[in-house]
Amino acid sequence: MSVENLLGRPLRVINLGLEVFAQELEADGVTVLHVDWQPPAGEAGGADLLALLDDE
Amino acid sequence: MVLMRIAGELRGRPGVREAAALMGTAANHELLASAGLSAPPVRDATAGDLMLVVDAESEAAADAAIEAAHGLLDTRRRLREESGRMLPRTLESAVRRLPDANLATISVPGAYAKLEAMTALRRGLHVFLFSDNVPLADEIALKRVATEKGLLCMGPDCGTGYLNGVGLGFANVVPRGRIGCVSASGTGLQAVASRLASLGEGISHGIGVGGRDLSAEVGGVMTALALQTLGADRSTELIVVISKPPAPAALARLEAAIGVTGKPVVVCCLGASAPAGGAGRWVASLEDAAEAATAEVRGTPWVRRAFSDAEDVRKWLSRIESGPRRGGTLLGLFVGGTLAHEARLVLDAWLGQAGPVAAAGGRHRILDLGADEYTVGRPHPMLDPIQRDARVREAGREPGVGVLLLDLVLGRGTHPDPARSLAAAVAEARAAATGAGRELTVVASVIGTAGDPQGLRGQIVTLEAAGVHVLPGSAQAARFAALALEPTLAPRLLEGRG
Repeated sequence: MSVENLLGRPLRVINLGLEVFAQELEADGVTVLHVDWQPPAGEAGGADLLALLDDE
Repeated sequence: MVLMRIAGELRGRPGVREAAALMGTAANHELLASAGLSAPPVRDATAGDLMLVVDAESEAAADAAIEAAHGLLDTRRRLREESGRMLPRTLESAVRRLPDANLATISVPGAYAKLEAMTALRRGLHVFLFSDNVPLADEIALKRVATEKGLLCMGPDCGTGYLNGVGLGFANVVPRGRIGCVSASGTGLQAVASRLASLGEGISHGIGVGGRDLSAEVGGVMTALALQTLGADRSTELIVVISKPPAPAALARLEAAIGVTGKPVVVCCLGASAPAGGAGRWVASLEDAAEAATAEVRGTPWVRRAFSDAEDVRKWLSRIESGPRRGGTLLGLFVGGTLAHEARLVLDAWLGQAGPVAAAGGRHRILDLGADEYTVGRPHPMLDPIQRDARVREAGREPGVGVLLLDLVLGRGTHPDPARSLAAAVAEARAAATGAGRELTVVASVIGTAGDPQGLRGQIVTLEAAGVHVLPGSAQAARFAALALEPTLAPRLLEGRG
């Protein structure tokens, strides 16, 4: 079963969204790669400002 | 988070009494008005605008604070542009850079969550899906693919998890141990994990499944997979299941899954009673779940108690009874949805005859301020306490309110010092009540551990200094609140039959 590659193995994490979760995992010594995620273009007004504010 | 930090830094500047940095949503306009911070220049701001409001002792101090806020935003923009060049921009490119990744943690807005989570699952990654506002149909589709691939899809709306001793989302700092959890509730898992830590037990893994997993539509598929996983996990000796009452079809799957784990299972489905002859040991509260689990793994008897420290309760009660002008109704202001639900169940049971305990409109009221209707366009109250604090202040001016019932949730990812501003709001509310010739009794539970960044003891001391009665769990706090309103319940409640 695929869950065997998760429990009891080192976590290797890809994080999308709140950057603080990547920072917390890093502080725990977990390998984590944060994605500079943006909503698809043209979906929301003020997207640049929202992205600037929401990524932590 | 960025906005809260900006507001926090502005509040610490000389001459600044209060500061807010909020997007111009309708909800935030209301929030500013309730905090007395609404001002003409921001009244026309819309959801795409950032509102910076400062209440200062002088014009110069206010100008300097606003300028500082602009500086903080500029720095943030520059840092983001610099770091953005080195980071992958899509999940696909991240997988190419980290090909042996085994978990995706996803907290993008709900409308985009399915796309990203599905990509992760198809790439063979387990998913921790923190995002809320994910449509039910998306959840069903994601969990179908996850089950086919034997992958965990934790969530959507999964607030907390523990894998291999590592906390995910809003997680309390707890020791690694021998008790595994399967939880449909983030704060429920936090409450059980924290209580286990205080009893000297640790968590092997805490698998979140999302609040709807045991609904008829989702059918408990992830709860079943999580139970199977923990059943096979050698570090897990006992499993705790935390949920609201399961739908009948999901209950059948839950019971079947419990049966095949081959391990003792404690079931806490808040509001549900044990099915006749059912599998697992069913308990009625989060505290009971932690205590029953601890007793079971240690092979010791467990006796259910209404209060951890009945002596303290008796002392507090005699002080309240001898005090002036008791009475009134109860107002619960919660940041944890499951903690609010648990309190409502306790109060329904003990104060049912006094009138229904309802979300709104009843004689006694319990509000879950983390629910979607209160968080549209604003941060969750576990991240930013300003909204709850404002409501606490208002409660001091409400003539009918005699008891205020609160929760405080600590842990990584949440506000760094929520007790400080809550204690200030409570002190103000109690002073307002006293000034109006009333007594306002304030009761709170604090969910946290000594290892949490906020420090459990310090947060409790801060609240107690403001006159708050602090109890170790939501059910106990609700029982004490019931006693404060109806002291005649004391003989029955203190005998431990709560």
